[in-house]
Amino acid sequence: MAMTMTQKILAHAAGLDSVVPGQLILANLTGVLGNDITTPVAIAEFEKAGFEKVFDPDKINVVLDHFVPNKDIKAAKQSAACRSFCHKHEIPHFYDVGKMGIEHALLPEQGRVTAGDCLIGADSHTCTYGALGAFSTGVGSTDMAAGMATGKAWFKVPSAIRVKLKGKLPEYVSGKDVILSLIGQIGVDGALYKSLEFTGEGVDSLSMDDRLCICNMAIEAGAKNGIFPVDEKTLAFLKDHGAEEPVIFEADPDAEYEQTIVMNLDELVPVVAWPHLPENTKPASESEDVVIDQVVIGSCTNGRMEDMDAAYEVLHGNKVADGVRCIIIPATMDIYKQCIANGYLMAFIEAGAVVSTPTCGPCLGGYMGILAPNERCVSTTNRNFVGRMGDVTSEVYLASPYTAAASALTGRISDPRRVKAEQKAEEADHE
Amino acid sequence: MNNACGTTFLYPDNVDTDVIIPARYLNTPDARALAEHCMEDIDPTFTANVKEGDLITAGWNFGCGSSREHAPLAIKTAGISCVIAKSFARIFYRNAINIGLPILECEEAADQIQAGDEIEVDFETGTITDKTQNKSWKAQPFPPFIQAIIAKGGWMNYLRAMEEEGHE
Repeated sequence: MAMTMTQKILAHAAGLDSVVPGQLILANLTGVLGNDITTPVAIAEFEKAGFEKVFDPDKINVVLDHFVPNKDIKAAKQSAACRSFCHKHEIPHFYDVGKMGIEHALLPEQGRVTAGDCLIGADSHTCTYGALGAFSTGVGSTDMAAGMATGKAWFKVPSAIRVKLKGKLPEYVSGKDVILSLIGQIGVDGALYKSLEFTGEGVDSLSMDDRLCICNMAIEAGAKNGIFPVDEKTLAFLKDHGAEEPVIFEADPDAEYEQTIVMNLDELVPVVAWPHLPENTKPASESEDVVIDQVVIGSCTNGRMEDMDAAYEVLHGNKVADGVRCIIIPATMDIYKQCIANGYLMAFIEAGAVVSTPTCGPCLGGYMGILAPNERCVSTTNRNFVGRMGDVTSEVYLASPYTAAASALTGRISDPRRVKAEQKAEEADHE
Repeated sequence: MNNACGTTFLYPDNVDTDVIIPARYLNTPDARALAEHCMEDIDPTFTANVKEGDLITAGWNFGCGSSREHAPLAIKTAGISCVIAKSFARIFYRNAINIGLPILECEEAADQIQAGDEIEVDFETGTITDKTQNKSWKAQPFPPFIQAIIAKGGWMNYLRAMEEEGHE
């Protein structure tokens, strides 16, 4: 029977010739991931079940990113538990403060994932690596514990929604606008239990950072995974980052999809997801009455180098509006260093923003930018649920780095195309 | 698996893991400490009112959002014996199975059950009975593989048992 790209990877991982949607399989994992929140629970499960050794230390990744540098004593204990477990089991890919980054930006950067991989992570945004042609999905701590102990996980083979991309993104419209627009169209459970398989000639024009951002938020449509075909850009990325030899799987031409959605990239505009669900999308241009208190640019969704480039392009030489706190968080130490080398840090600080070392911090309301009652934040993160970034009456508006940076300058949600046009007009006046 | 019997709480669609257990409490893996803040951001009275054996009934996509196993763990530790929903977010679904929190998908039941109803669940047959309204519905049974995981008391125990069989 014809298979989708995801089904082919899962069949391969389970040692089967073919699989069908709904089939329950036991897959061999090429990688297991956990963070400082989910790993301690996994360690407890691992030890309670009486396992003494991990299946393969080299295939386990533990990244301290949610609450580090430790936000409080309890968080410090969680980091310590991860540290001591990784030391005891001689896990080489343990990323502590100094070399950590936000896990889903870090693993692709460090070449820890390659095309054809089958990987689980105890973090819902593990679906990010579909951008590299891998099957990866978020699981809980018990799955992580079992994965560390045996190298296996159970899966129900998903059916798929095909998203055919056409055309090319206009200026100041990014991967974030693609995925927010898609979620706005199909809803937060529109792809529940399914794969989102992105195809079509529009894929070519999307950068790797855009693809990573798009797959990152597949979970916000309920999807099991998001995945892109492997092309020249993917192969160049994997090579540049020292990833293992890719194994390329392609969907059969006659693979069955539950639904095909055509997205014309040319027609997309900057969008914002209003509180309190990622599906509440509206064009940024129709949201400009919303006055804001804070802007966050960062996270596993939008803390990559192109996101920093976008923030710089809008912010440099300008000033963050009075009454707005603008927090910028490069997602990894390499990105942080690149920002320094490019002069971005100075430009951000001159503009009135603050720049933190990598952390998930504000995205999940952990620390480093918690909102007071009734405050509003435009954020490049991935969730705008009730209380996600602070008080239950606070509000999060999800947007791209361009839109977030433009909003920081005006103090209200702003269409970056308008803000950039005004900046250019002003520059022309001065000349 | 024992049957569930108790009073039900009622929640809407898209109950996310951030309201089930807000991230500000995720600085500990301790189940008791997590249960003390269960449902706090959607229902601040939940922990004061919940009794051992009570149920939760909800709409579509229950447990969406983060992968935190702390969410089903907090619900289970708070005393909830079963969650009935129209559908579950996929990570919550597998986490519940893996840690042994009983869950059932049943659209009709979730549509008709009212807050405070006395509910009885027979896990063997998947029958949900609303004793207050004198109605009953049949939920989708789990596939055999999932039933086997539940019968072993969760995924870790299942794997242990499989390993031991393999070594013999």
